[in-house]
Amino acid sequence: MWQQLYDELKDYGFMVFAVAMDSRGNEAAKPWIDAAKSTYVSVIDAEHRLADLYNMVNVPEAVWIDEAGKIVRPTEVAGSGDYFRKMDRQTKQLPEEGKVMRETMRAHYMNALRDWVKNGTKSQYAFDSKAARAHVRPQSEDVALGHCWFRLGQHLHNAGKTDEAEAALAEASRLHPDSWNIWRQMGDLKLKGQPNPDFWARVDTLGDKRYYGKIDMPGMP
Amino acid sequence: MATLLTERGRFEAGRSDGESLWLSSAALGEATGWELKPEGFCRDDICVPLPPGREAEFKRGNEVDAARLFRHAGQPIVASRDKSVWSLGTSAGIRTNALENLEAPDVALPDLDGKIHRLSDQRGKKVFLSTWASW
Repeated sequence: MWQQLYDELKDYGFMVFAVAMDSRGNEAAKPWIDAAKSTYVSVIDAEHRLADLYNMVNVPEAVWIDEAGKIVRPTEVAGSGDYFRKMDRQTKQLPEEGKVMRETMRAHYMNALRDWVKNGTKSQYAFDSKAARAHVRPQSEDVALGHCWFRLGQHLHNAGKTDEAEAALAEASRLHPDSWNIWRQMGDLKLKGQPNPDFWARVDTLGDKRYYGKIDMPGMP
Repeated sequence: MATLLTERGRFEAGRSDGESLWLSSAALGEATGWELKPEGFCRDDICVPLPPGREAEFKRGNEVDAARLFRHAGQPIVASRDKSVWSLGTSAGIRTNALENLEAPDVALPDLDGKIHRLSDQRGKKVFLSTWASW
């Protein structure tokens, strides 16, 4: 998805650092990475360390970081939206308006990224320090503890201690219920790539709450 | 040896004893960035003083009880049932402060071939740090 953008922008001093949040490691991520034929950095984060460090709850999420290592846009959804909830659950087809929304959001996000890479702090999509700070999501101590349990759970799972792993992962998800990363990864460790039969039921419990948080960016629908 | 899981990776170090996790100061520093100093239990510019007169409970020769220090400093820590694996985290307070400083936390992760890539190696470029998953 990002290769074309990287090719287009690499001469401006730009890098994509793509992180696969996959506790099943290469086994899960390799087919996708091979298919992407990416020339940017593509790494695997079995322990979801990035989610802990950057307070992430879902994929795709992204952070914009400038040349000095300063965060210009803190963790946010990387151009996706809740249009997917209107898809036909049998055929996986989006209705026409959903397809339009998907393309609109994606294109707008990509254009914003282009604008920042080319114009830096002058870009209307780069937050100044005050705005960037205001967009850092607050975190609770339960969430911090949840990340600890997750790290332990995925390690125990990969060490073959399945029952204890399951209990640790369930505790992680209980402490950090907003994390779809934890809940979906917990399912995938069992399902090994098969679709999670409980996914839509959990999405439906959101009601009017968002699955993907709003992207606070001029012109983004 | 105990296995330590932290935001910096996986480490084999020290030994468990009941609710205690005894580590050399060097091993604790490498795995977590925390160290015991005369002024307290410290990481970066944060220092949590030890309870006066009870310093000995946290230290034995060159080793420190990382579990007791973490609990004292309000840092999350959990262990496997047999206490062979410990997961040490960072409190929401410290995490949120760090993010609000807008310094991008560093991370080092392997590619498919096991080669480690460090985020901070990209200094000098604009970086789009982006996540995805197979699931």
